[in-house]
Amino acid sequence: MNSINWYKYSSPATFYGLAGKLIPWFYSAAALFCVAGLYLGLVLAPTDFQQSDAYRIIFIHVPAAWMSMFIYVVMACWAALGLAFNTRLSFMMASALAPTGAMLTFVSLWTGALWGKPTWGAWWVWDARLTSELILFFLYLGFMALQAAIDDPRRADRAGALIALVGVVNVPIIYFSVRWWNTLHQGASVSMTKAPSMAAIMLVGMLVMALAAWMYAIAAALSRARSIILEREKNSQWVAQMVEAEV
Amino acid sequence: MTGIAMHWNSWSEFLHMGGYAFYVWGSYGVTAVLIVGEILLLRAHRQKALTLAKRTVKYGKVEKEEGNDEIAA
Repeated sequence: MNSINWYKYSSPATFYGLAGKLIPWFYSAAALFCVAGLYLGLVLAPTDFQQSDAYRIIFIHVPAAWMSMFIYVVMACWAALGLAFNTRLSFMMASALAPTGAMLTFVSLWTGALWGKPTWGAWWVWDARLTSELILFFLYLGFMALQAAIDDPRRADRAGALIALVGVVNVPIIYFSVRWWNTLHQGASVSMTKAPSMAAIMLVGMLVMALAAWMYAIAAALSRARSIILEREKNSQWVAQMVEAEV
Repeated sequence: MTGIAMHWNSWSEFLHMGGYAFYVWGSYGVTAVLIVGEILLLRAHRQKALTLAKRTVKYGKVEKEEGNDEIAA
């Protein structure tokens, strides 16, 4: 019986080639979704009766916030896989995701502040949602700093995996913060359980931008993963052959 | 979604963003800068990795046998 070789793409050399082929597709998908999303959100969507045009920040704020949480969960999954199967590539994927996750968390905090100033009258409040998102940002920075501080890649991987797994409990806290505490931040306008309380075109624009953010995050993480693979596999034959072919 | 049409009447009205230009374009602008910045960082990272690999080849630090670690990957 032709059993599936699950480990085929877990070898850095094979994954390196596969990722190389996929990256351009993800970047172009991200660009396409972004153009479509921005056109919907910035050009076609009407002004909001309450917030006038300040609400258009939603097309960046929400996708970035969703991705910041989603990426951390994906990092935790890679960390768990790496610890369970001892596959170095899983740890490399977690390390490849962290900078993009940190950047999107910062974008979410930044756009939130610029949205909050005109609508709440404050750049920042120690609100449950905002504070837990800020903690997420520090967790990302902590993951990267810890990995940078440890020379031996294998020990750095395990330390990073620990922060990823321990910190992942913060993600549901962020998500449910608006329900558990009386927060200034509004509740979920979009949820799995009830119909979204948003105008259709605004919702579609936001969802398309969320897809753009997702495609971008994949492309960026795969691209960084390839560089990490090269750095950590530089002594092996396949890297030598590939680089010699290029030289 | 009936009656979908260009919402803005003029370019300047679009940039004005109902008076929230600073906040909206401050959000979009910084995000664009960060995305472009990260893409440039990624390219630099790749170049660094490639030069590192080339230097390893040049100084003959490439292991002879296939793969470089004892744990099955």
